[in-house]
This record gives sequence, C-alpha cells and structure tokens, in this order.
Amino acid sequence: MPPIPPIALPADPTCPPRRVVVIGNGMVGHRFVESLTPSAFAVTVISEEPRLAYDRVHLSAHFDEPRPDLALATEAGYAALGVKVVYGRAEHVDREAKTVTVRGQTETTLEYDALVFASGSSPFVPPVPGKNAPGCFVYRTLEDLEAIRAGALKSRVGVVIGGGLLGLEAAGALRKLGLETHVVEFAAQLMPAQLDEGGGAVLRGIIEELGIGVHTAKATSEITVEGGQVTGLAFSDGTHLAADLVVFSAGIRPRDDLARACGLATGERGGIVIDDGCATSDPAVYAVGECALHAGRIYGLVAPGYQMARVLAARLSGEDSSFTGADLSTKLKLLGVEVASFGDAKGATPGSRALSLTDNVRGTYKKLTLSEDGTTVLGGLLVGDSSAYGDLLDLTLSQTVLTVPPETLIVPLLPGVAAAPANALICSCEGVRASTLIDAVQGGVCDVAGLKKCTLAGTGCGGCVPQLHDLLGAELLRLGKAVDRSLCEHFVHSRQELFDLIRVHGHQTWNAVLAAHGTGQGCEVCKPAVGSILASLYNEYILKPAHAPLQDTNDAYLANIQKNGTYSVMPRVAGGEITPGKLIVLGEVARKYDLYCKITGGQRIDLLGARLEQLPAIWRELVEAGFESGHAYGKSLRTVKSCVGDTWCRYGVQDSTSLAIQLELRYRGLRSPHKLKGGVSGCTRECAETRGKDFGVIATEQGWNLYVSGNGGVTPKHAVLLAEGLDTATLIKYLDRFLMYYVRTAGRLERTSTWLEKLPGGLDYLRGVIIDDALGLCTELEAAMQRHIGTYQDEWATTLADPDKLARFRSFVNADTPDPDIVFVEEREQRRPAYEHELPLLAMAGTD
Amino acid sequence: MTQLQNTYARPRPQLAFTRVCALTEIPDQLGVCALVGGQQVAVFRLGAQVYALGNRDPFTGANVISRGLTGSYGERLKVVSPLLKHGFDLETGLSLDKPEVALPTYPVRLEGGDVWIGLPD
Ligand SMILES: Cc1cc2nc3c(=O)[nH]c(=O)nc-3n(C[C@H](O)[C@H](O)[C@H](O)COP(=O)(O)OP(=O)(O)OC[C@H]3O[C@@H](n4cnc5c(N)ncnc54)[C@H](O)[C@@H]3O)c2cc1C
Repeated sequence: MPPIPPIALPADPTCPPRRVVVIGNGMVGHRFVESLTPSAFAVTVISEEPRLAYDRVHLSAHFDEPRPDLALATEAGYAALGVKVVYGRAEHVDREAKTVTVRGQTETTLEYDALVFASGSSPFVPPVPGKNAPGCFVYRTLEDLEAIRAGALKSRVGVVIGGGLLGLEAAGALRKLGLETHVVEFAAQLMPAQLDEGGGAVLRGIIEELGIGVHTAKATSEITVEGGQVTGLAFSDGTHLAADLVVFSAGIRPRDDLARACGLATGERGGIVIDDGCATSDPAVYAVGECALHAGRIYGLVAPGYQMARVLAARLSGEDSSFTGADLSTKLKLLGVEVASFGDAKGATPGSRALSLTDNVRGTYKKLTLSEDGTTVLGGLLVGDSSAYGDLLDLTLSQTVLTVPPETLIVPLLPGVAAAPANALICSCEGVRASTLIDAVQGGVCDVAGLKKCTLAGTGCGGCVPQLHDLLGAELLRLGKAVDRSLCEHFVHSRQELFDLIRVHGHQTWNAVLAAHGTGQGCEVCKPAVGSILASLYNEYILKPAHAPLQDTNDAYLANIQKNGTYSVMPRVAGGEITPGKLIVLGEVARKYDLYCKITGGQRIDLLGARLEQLPAIWRELVEAGFESGHAYGKSLRTVKSCVGDTWCRYGVQDSTSLAIQLELRYRGLRSPHKLKGGVSGCTRECAETRGKDFGVIATEQGWNLYVSGNGGVTPKHAVLLAEGLDTATLIKYLDRFLMYYVRTAGRLERTSTWLEKLPGGLDYLRGVIIDDALGLCTELEAAMQRHIGTYQDEWATTLADPDKLARFRSFVNADTPDPDIVFVEEREQRRPAYEHELPLLAMAGTD
Repeated sequence: MTQLQNTYARPRPQLAFTRVCALTEIPDQLGVCALVGGQQVAVFRLGAQVYALGNRDPFTGANVISRGLTGSYGERLKVVSPLLKHGFDLETGLSLDKPEVALPTYPVRLEGGDVWIGLPD
C-alpha cells in the first residue's frame, strides 16, 4: 500500500476543531486521547466497557487485597480535557457520510473528520463442544475477573487452557482464589511463543513447585458438562482432567469485525491493516493498538500500542512521525517468576550460536543467541532471574561488539560490581535510558515522582520503578546531594526525627527545642513545624505565650487570612449536619457583619470578609449559639463529610451521618503534618466522596470498609482499602492508630497520600503496623489519641475568655479604627474585596 | 539600595517621635501594627530589640506585615509576610526574594518601657 502523506492541520485558527472519534477506550485508546492537544480537536470516545480505561496489564492485581485502583482515565479528567464519552458499542460506520453509530442505552450517531479504531482484541475461544457452559470464562476485562471470582466460590478445581503468558497469569489468579489449579498447553512446553525448550523446562519446574499442575502436549477435544455445569476437560488422547471451572486463554484475536464490515482492508488472520502513519485503507480512518496490523504483524503488548498512539497524535497535529515496527522484547513476572525474552530469543538467525546456562540450584535459565563469530548478542532468554535484562537488551539493540567473553554476561554478578552502563535501557515501555534519568537528576530532579514526570519512565508497566529508586539514590549520592532531609537552616533533622526528639526528651516549648537541637532564631518553616509537633504531643492551647510566636497567621488568629488581609470564619458543622436554628444564626451573624457566604466542599458554611478586630465579636455570638472552632485554619482535622446514610436514603446500609459526626468530634483539633479530611458514605454509591479523603469509610452489608491516604487538590489520589467489614469499635481503633502513626512519622506538609507512597513497604507495611501491630506501637498510638481526645478544648472559647489574647485582635495597637485600605465592592448582592483595577474608580467616586 | 531604603529610614535632624505602645504590649517574637501620622507601621519585638517597618506587603498590597512570623536567616533577622510568605530583612526592610523591593523602615526609641516611632516632622 502506498504511504499516505500526513494531513496537516488547517492553519486558519478560526477553523472549527477537527472532530476525532475514537472507538474503544482501552489502554491504547486512552493514551492516544491523552497525547492529542485537546484544544485543537473535538474528541469523542466510545467506550463499550462500563468504565473508562484501566490498566489491563495489571488486571490480575484486581484479586489483590487491598484491591488497587486500576483506573487510568476518569470522567472528570476527560471533562477537563473537553473529551466527550459515549458509553456503548460502535456498531456501524458509514465512511461515505463519515458517521459512526453507537448502540448504548440509546442509539447515537457521531460525525467525524478522523475516526480511530482502538478496539483492542478479544480472547480466542477454540470451538470445542461445551465452551459456553456455565463455569467457562475468559480473562480480559474487570467483568471477566468478577465473574471468575464469583465462579470460584462454587468451585474446587480450576483449569486454564493455554500455557502462554496470559494463561500463566490467569493460573496465578485461580491459585490466589484458592482453587486447585492446572494449566493445559497444546505445545510441548510452556510459553512456546517466547521460550525455547530449555527455558520452558526450567519454568515448568518452578511452576510445578508452586503446586500448579502442568499438562503439555494436550489437545482439548471437549469441555465435559453434566447437569449444566462443567465437569472437566476431555483430551484428544482419550484422557480426562476433572475441573469445575475453566478459563480460556488460548490467544487473542484483533477486534476488526466493524472495520471489516465497513470495507476497510484487514489481514487474512485478522487485524486492521495500517501504514507507518497508522492510517487504514481509508485516509480518514486510523487504527492503533492490538486491533491494528502493521507490516503483517499484530502486537499483543502495550508498549508498541503506545508508540502507535503517539505517532498518530503527532500526525494529526501535522507533525512528522512514523511507526516502523517495535521490538517485542519483554520482561515479565509471572507467578512470581521472572521471565524475559529479547531480540532473536530462539536462535532463528541462520548461523547463530547459542550459549546457555541452566542453574538447577537457583532455578534459573539464561540463554544468549550470539552472532556467528560470537562477538555480538542477537537476543536471548532469561527465566528465574531477569536482572540482566536491561543490559542485555541494550547490547542486542545497539549491536555492540563484546569486549568481554559472552559467558560472563549470564553468570550471576558478584556483589558490588559496577552499576548499569549509562546507555542501559531502564524503562522499556517508554524507551528511557539510564543516561536520560541521570541527566534529569543532575538537572535537579530529586525524587521518583519527579523522574516519572519529566522522563515518563515508570509510567507504563511500572516494572522499572524499583530501578528508578536505586538509580536516583545512587546518583544523588554521587552528586554529593545525599538526600537532604533537614527541615530548614535551623534544624538538620527531618520532621519525623524532630518529632521523636521532642517526644523522647519531653521538650515542652520552642525555646527548649531550639536550645537543644537547633541554631539561630528559627523561621517560617521550623517554627510552625515545631508548634504543630508540640500541639500534636501535648495539645495545649496554641496561643499560650510560649506557643503564640510559632503559629502561622491562620493559627495565630484562629481564622483563615484572605488576600486583602481580612479573615474567613468557619465554625464546625460536624458531618455537615446542622439545625435550622443554627443555620439561622449563621445567616444572622453574616448579615450583621456583612460577611460573604459560601458553602464549602467540606459541608460547612464559610463567612468571609471579617476584619481582624471583628473576629472576637463574631465568635462570641457563634459560641453563644453553640458553635465551636472548625479548625479550618489549622493543619489539623478539617471535616468528616457524610451522606444521609440509611437514616433517609433508600440505598443506605448504615448510619453514615452519625459515624461521621462521631469521628469528627473524636479527632477535632488534632494537629497534624498537613490538613486532614475524612468522609463516611452510607453505601458503595459513595456520595460522600470519601475516597478522595485522608480517611474514608464506606458502609457495606458486612460492616465498614476503611480507605486511607486519598486526597483531592493538586495531585488527586484515591484512598486505598486498609481493612474491610469492620465493626465501629474496630474501625475507630484502626483509625486512631493510623492517624497517630501518620502524625508521628510524616514529613512536614506531607499529606497522607505522599506519606504512604514514601513509606518503605507501602500499604502492606502500613497494615502490618496498624492491624497486626508489627512494631508493637499500637497501644502507644491509641493512648496518644486518647490523650488528645481528653485534652480537647474549643480554641475560640478559650480565647474569648482571655483579655490578653483578645488584645491581639486589633488592627492597630494605638487606635481603634479599622484598616482604611480594606475596600469592598458589591457583586451578586454580597460584598467582595475590590480588585486592584477597581480601586482608582472607587477613590474617585468617594471624593464626589 | 540606598534609593529604595525609604528616606524615613535615615535618621534626620528633625524627627518627630510618637509613642505607640508599651513594650509589654508586643509579645516576644511577634509584631503589632501602629498608626503613626497616618502611616501603618509594623512593630516587632525580639527580646529587648524593637524593629519598625512598613505594614503594607508590596507583593500583595495588603496591610499584613505585622502579622508575619519572625526568625533569622544566616546571621540576620527577618519577618515573613503571612500571605505569600515573602521574607524581608527586619533591619533594612529589603526583600529577600526580589532585591529591588523593600519595606520602609522607621527609627525606634525605647523610653521608660514605652515604644516610640520616629517620622520626619
Ligand atoms: C491479563 C493480561 C495481562 C497482560 N499483561 C501484559 C504485560 O505484562 N505486558 C504487556 O505489554 N501487555 C500485557 N497485556 C496486553 C495489554 O493489556 C494490551 O496490549 C493492551 O491493553 C492493548 O490496548 P488496546 O487499547 O489496544 O486494547 P484494549 O485494552 O483491549 O482496549 C480496547 C477497548 O475497546 C473496546 N471496544 C472494542 N470494540 C468496541 C466497539 N465496537 N465499540 C466500543 N468499544 C469497543 C473494548 O471493550 C476495550 O475496552 C496483558 C493483557 C491481559 C488481558
């Protein structure tokens, strides 16, 4: 097929954006949407699955506990990019009219300027009798996995048909679900597509040792069924294997049916034919990912799909970019066994020589395919230990002439041997080499998150993330930047170290802490940090003379400073529940002091525009009406958001409002490294959006599920499941421990999400500490929380009772006038600060 | 720098001093704001030392400097605006973030436990 030239974007900026319709929102379709410049296109995505793109590569992690969030795309994220989503299956393409018809809940017809197939592939199910019987499954989507989970509850023995990569992955899942597990493979060895006989044999040994039955050279002739339920597999050699659950994993077939139906060129064995620009036989229609057939080849891996997505996005933007094929080298971890294959793994090159090492002690197999003269690596296989993969792949791709005897490349390294060469490939999904990462570190990047962001390494399969950590640490050390964790110039300690020092030495004041551990006079970093630590530990009134100079201005005046120097007032409305009487009080106070009112995301009411000298009078009225400080100004517990729960809601299964109020009152005033937010939802519909909180509780029929370490804001993060099916007492116990452990160990201004990310050992470790008491800390953590609860006081009530403190709430020490420079204007019947450009006009109006 | 260091900052022959408060009205390490001849002056106390600077934060236009945290950088003292955390040298008023920006500074006298601020007559 002749190459089709790239279509340049119309240069005219008034031209309406081109309408791009994408069929399928899998991994590659999503990557394509992300790679497009959204403003230049009007993008519509058709998603047949009931959810947006998720990480299919890590699909099996869905059976992990806690269940990770595999989502790659969110509706909000797409909305922000201006991407429209239509749920349903694209059923018809009219290439003449340039329309796609989607059948979802209703039928929708979409017009396109460019149409992109990203429809992926479907599992191949061999046409054997009984294949549709109850108990037969495939392994491709989250729904498939849920069905398998349900099926496993009623089963004892599971069989996977197919001993390839995905089959072994599925076998691992069945084993995890507690089934006796077997793998049946038609070929004479496991993973015939990737491994040679030697590799297959070593892999088989490891897998059998895991207790999984391996049956090779077996052709399944029938799924035997009795009483409408699977009973096992009959093989062509007359043998039978009993089983009550069957998973087909016998390969994939590109989903090209729709493309075929509308007359696009497709391959004999499936796949939508594309050129180097990802265009199909119709220049307005493209295909990317597993559904595409490029140069006679279908790529069943995500990295080549991502490459296609990038190429197409660039092309549509008028840039020159081509997909010229991809390397099929892979490194995997299957059932805990590392397997890698790269280049000419099986020695298909004429004249090539093989060099292999089978180590039955370690359970490893390593093989190199070498050029005829033995000087260059053409490819190879690694089973059981793939640590050399990056280096070897690199030698293969670069065709480097070896300077060492080839066998030294596959013998286990002695400890302490030099690190990877600078051009070693670290992230094969994104094609990032060590040198790029090192440059980034030298350019100032100092954490893995930064490396991911600026090089994209580790953002694909994530397999290289541990290497990123190592490389970063090594490079920082080499640069002499040895990860500086000191708080500021006055303290060389990290916040956590300082917390421990203060706790162990029992320091009660800033002066004591500074004298013992610091230098100079402190600053805006260490003073509030120490103030917060002292408050976490002893919970004294923060405006006591010894503590007052440590408080940031919000804490110093128990209110949130606004851009014009006025403050906002936000009393606690625990769980978002408020009586009509109190609501009226808020309204009356706001009217009396002319405060601007806004409902917050934390289910309370913010009254803005109070001048410093008005705060005590306002609060006196609020406290008299039964309100207390809401700590909206503190790095402390803010709110515990809730829905109405089973009290009102027809779907609710537990009383979320009462629990939210109980939790908010329990943890109110807890000073922490950063603000803390919580939420309680009465059912899994999650109306309280608790998974965007530092702690989120979701009611189920079986009890409360506790999620931790989520947040909204700059880097939104879903909270992860810490424990499920809890009764209220256990829930509170775990939460007490979790919060106190965070308060003790987090860095300054570190939210629970970043803290958990950095916690060595991650969530498993956290559960060890919180649930299994692995550090023996739990009694102490609970006692610390109990002390906090016992010493709680309403800071505003305390302040109002102390004339010395009230003296601080004045605009001028020597005059009782308000600050004359605070100017308001009216908008939508309320006051707001005047913008700078409005001031001259206001001044003129004033002199009239 | 001399240009920017407000003319008020240089002791001049005819300065009128105004009493603004008792020293004890300023808690140690904190500030208050005084109205002196129509000017808003932020007055800080560190131990027995008192410093007076303009109260207007030049980066935001709000009168909030007196509510900032005090501390040190190297051997010198500073105050940090509560709004966007810009730092200023307590003695010279110079911005620590942008050298061409500075707060005005005012001479201070301590007499009989009272704080007096000087302005040109
Ligand atoms: C268990 C498992 C493990 C894997 N492990 C690895 C691995 O370790 N490394 C690796 O590189 N790859 C791995 N893969 C393969 C990898 O997931 C795929 O290469 C990748 O998902 C392909 O992306 P895609 O977007 O082309 O297709 P898909 O992710 O399959 O997405 C296609 C989407 O299009 C939708 N669709 C199809 N037709 C229509 C239509 N007509 N209308 C609307 N929507 C439609 C489908 O429902 C689907 O959601 C694994 C796959 C599985 C299942």
